[in-house]
Amino acid sequence: MAQFIELPHVGESVVEGTIGKWLKQPGDRVERYDPLVEVVTDKVTMEVPSPVAGQLLRIIATEGETVPMGAAIAEVETDERATPAPAVQAAAASPTAPPAPVPPPPPATPATSTTPMSYLITNAQPVGPTGGSAVEALAQETADATSSPPVKPAAPPPPPAVATQLVDATNPAAHADADGERPAHRLSPAVRRLAREHQLDVDRITGTGMGGRVTRDDVLRFLEPAAGPATVPVPAPVSETIADEERLAITPVRRMIAEAMVRSASQIPHAWSMVEVDINGLVALRNRERDAFRQREGINLTYLPFALKAVAGALKDNPTLNASWGDDHIVLKRRINLGIAVAAPTGLVVPVIHDADRLSIAGLAHAIDDLAGRARSGALRLEDVQGGTFTVNNTGALGSSISGPIINHPQAGILTTEAVQQRPVVINEAIAIRWMMNLCLSFDHRINDGEESGGFLQSVKRRLEAVDGDTPIY
Amino acid sequence: MTEMTVIEAVRSALREEMERDERVFVMGEDVGQRGGVFLATQGLIEDFGPQRVLDTPLAEASIMGIALGAAFRGMRPIPEVQFSDFVWPSVNQLIGEAARAYYGTNGALKVPMTVRIPYGGGIRGGLFHSQNVEALFFHTPGLLVVTPSTPYEAKGLLKSAIRDDNPVIFLEHKKTYRLVRGEVPDDDYTIPIGPADIKRVGGDVTVVSYGLAMHYCLAAAEAVAADGIAAEVVDLRTLKPLDTATILASVRKTGKLLIVHEDNISGGIGAEIAALAADEAFEYLDAPIARLCGPDVPTMPFAQTLEDAYMPNPEAIASELRRLASY
Repeated sequence: MAQFIELPHVGESVVEGTIGKWLKQPGDRVERYDPLVEVVTDKVTMEVPSPVAGQLLRIIATEGETVPMGAAIAEVETDERATPAPAVQAAAASPTAPPAPVPPPPPATPATSTTPMSYLITNAQPVGPTGGSAVEALAQETADATSSPPVKPAAPPPPPAVATQLVDATNPAAHADADGERPAHRLSPAVRRLAREHQLDVDRITGTGMGGRVTRDDVLRFLEPAAGPATVPVPAPVSETIADEERLAITPVRRMIAEAMVRSASQIPHAWSMVEVDINGLVALRNRERDAFRQREGINLTYLPFALKAVAGALKDNPTLNASWGDDHIVLKRRINLGIAVAAPTGLVVPVIHDADRLSIAGLAHAIDDLAGRARSGALRLEDVQGGTFTVNNTGALGSSISGPIINHPQAGILTTEAVQQRPVVINEAIAIRWMMNLCLSFDHRINDGEESGGFLQSVKRRLEAVDGDTPIY
Repeated sequence: MTEMTVIEAVRSALREEMERDERVFVMGEDVGQRGGVFLATQGLIEDFGPQRVLDTPLAEASIMGIALGAAFRGMRPIPEVQFSDFVWPSVNQLIGEAARAYYGTNGALKVPMTVRIPYGGGIRGGLFHSQNVEALFFHTPGLLVVTPSTPYEAKGLLKSAIRDDNPVIFLEHKKTYRLVRGEVPDDDYTIPIGPADIKRVGGDVTVVSYGLAMHYCLAAAEAVAADGIAAEVVDLRTLKPLDTATILASVRKTGKLLIVHEDNISGGIGAEIAALAADEAFEYLDAPIARLCGPDVPTMPFAQTLEDAYMPNPEAIASELRRLASY
């Protein structure tokens, strides 16, 4: 059978050779290991022996021609059917007639996947000595490459399977992924940092990484609308003829507040209710205790801890208000964690008093003081703003008498404590001047009807109206 | 600009530096009459004579000891270790003496010596012609370790090494000698020892490599670009001192790091780079740091299939880049 003879590997670091002199001519009988051809490299001149016995059919690489290692240089009609390893079988050849028409030789580029020539780099671009100029040079190169595809050697065939396996065996990371045990919610350091910097709840981000992992790029995409305007400078109004509007950059916090409000307002069917509370007893108690409390505790005694105490108690009586909508079920929360809305310099923030039902009035006062203080100074920790089950907003501090609050999604309700005012009230057929406060409630009408929400409001009202001189502060 | 191979760039640098400074001389096995087994010193003995192109016995300890003594006396020797595999007899002269002389004498002794060492596999060299030796020298304070990948860098860095007053381990990957061609400026130029070079800019994955493997990384980066993955290829060029700033800037940008080298994985350059990224860029990492390196086997196997399995290759690198990009 006819067989191509390849230019063998003739020396370390040598990748091509020049044909010197053919020592056999077409038609000559060749024994295995007979000197066949002289090959000249820049390192050495050597005689290449024939790897097979047979008859030289034709010479492909002529004298003076430079060819790469592995290229076919001649064709031999062999004596035997079993072919030695280094030769490549000709696809088709006449079995007997030596000078008969022969198939075209294979391309001069190597035919096998294992030859090093597959990756010949013909012209490695010189680049600048420092990364800086190299960046520019390569950016240009990349741009050029996209406009006109460079001439590249054809993609090499995949390596033997054993290669990949052996190399991968040294890589523990590959194994960790292969077994699929990596939990999807495990966050990479980059994601953790970004979540912390932007106060993000990563659960809100759809992961596109391996096994649904939230990747750094997922977070950056999530932040994109917020980051964009913040980094792009607002166009200077001086260039406009008449500037009758101004565009404020949206801070990440503002963006998050906006998203939270839209989510709540669009997903939760809000219902609203209000009760008036007679807090004469509470005002009297507070007026009696405020100076002593301030001296003892170092903080002010406000109405808010009393309201929180009443809310926590009322939630115990009305568990469906301490709940959230779960589409095919309603989640009742065992713990009572009250969020309190605080106006921080960067915007609204709602730190949480966990297990508020276990705290005394004084304990609640300290918790409020601590959280509000840290909210204003930006020192809240992640756990301070997580886990809220119901929210109270002291809108009365802003002078408001009636509010229609938006629920802190996904909670079941939000209560506002309005301004404490003296108002004329009818008591026992007589008009009296009483300290009054409105409580406004927005509630998720999917979870509760007026029956439950009204019961809850009445419970809060009862508890506040029951405060008197004997109500313990500790 | 002239297009040349790496070996031609090395030869050109040697010639120019010998012309420039008469204290520069080369010595080693077969570097004179024969012009070196890779022909790096071809033609030098004819032009500079046997006084400056010394054929030595097969005795690396002596070669390095003589070079060290000459360097102490103000000469600028360029000893050649014929193959990196033969460097071990001279390790005491290099690590025990050359690396420590300047520090140990409080600056009284300088060692302006450039040790040229052809290294690396993928050339069917087998047991004694394929070793990677960089990790040992990388570990040793007092030495500079340089690993050029292209003709441009081979020449520019070799000239810097020869002009440097410190002992430089100059590692030339044998397979790049005639495989890699590139343009080289005709003017006298140098490339400073230290800075890495970004050979390809990308934002998705950083791949750090050097020498021959760096070219495979470029080929892999080109391959995965078709999948929309933009890999950034950092060519270290100098291993010691390591250009930590360039590595960290790239890792902070991409969040993902692959280190590729031919040398054994354990205790290799990649381990140090991985530690660097974990220390200094932890909060930017978005995937585990990956290494694709030579396996921990005692030496380069001779059989073609096993050598292929040992060597990094563009397909395996591309596979790792895809895995990291999709992580």
